[in-house]
Amino acid sequence: MIPATLDGHLLVSGALFALGLLGVLLRRNTLVVFMCLELMLVASTVALVAFSRYNGILDGNVFVFFILTVAAAEVAVGLAIIVALFRRRQTVQVDELNSLRN
Amino acid sequence: MGELTFNLLAWFTLLSAAGVVINRNAVNAALCLLLCLTGVAGLFVVLEAYLLAFVLLLVYAGAVVALFLFIVMLLDTSGAPRSLPRRLPLVARVLAGGLVASGVLSFSARARLPVSEAVAAAPGVGGALKPYAYQLFTTYLLPVQVLGFLLLAAMIGVIVLSKKFEGLEDVK
Repeated sequence: MIPATLDGHLLVSGALFALGLLGVLLRRNTLVVFMCLELMLVASTVALVAFSRYNGILDGNVFVFFILTVAAAEVAVGLAIIVALFRRRQTVQVDELNSLRN
Repeated sequence: MGELTFNLLAWFTLLSAAGVVINRNAVNAALCLLLCLTGVAGLFVVLEAYLLAFVLLLVYAGAVVALFLFIVMLLDTSGAPRSLPRRLPLVARVLAGGLVASGVLSFSARARLPVSEAVAAAPGVGGALKPYAYQLFTTYLLPVQVLGFLLLAAMIGVIVLSKKFEGLEDVK
């Protein structure tokens, strides 16, 4: 059982962030890597809302607003980049997208 | 009661997040992401940030996951050879595992943040709409304007990126 306190919420947020990081490091499909990136962003919003709730101030909640907006813009641009990449290289696997390596 | 709800939502969120990481099929991963975001919205409701829960469902579950599903189906990478998880060197694996484990352990064992009982018992601040609007249009007016500009830049960027350019040969 996780206690329903500030510490409990931060623990959930940290675990969510760790899972997202794990996905970014382990997965090969660019789209799934991108989804895990979103997971990390959402984990940070959970921490912000919990801090806001347990300090009795609204600033954390307002910051989550901004994070959501930036994430929406990021998803639009990122997916457009992935589609353009797929058009040119016919793949979305991370291992095959290595033309910057040499 | 509150404890049980929070635990159910927390484990639901974490398990569906693990589903995003583990699932081999990208469509299933996107649907697990949808479940995970629903769980996070539930956590927001537990934290009494009702407006944020609504916005999260609207923006993320509504728009972002739909966009992900659309792109996954558009690109259709199911014909690609089955890809195993990336192989890391043994040292990197041990280091990463040890770091994450020690982080979570010290988090759960030692992190005790001071919380004033009065604030924790009082009703949450995120319930009413008026304070949000007041903050957005006074303290955070400049960031709101900057965000509007960012959205415009992102929109133009997406249009430019998704256009086909003539005479630009393939970069190999």
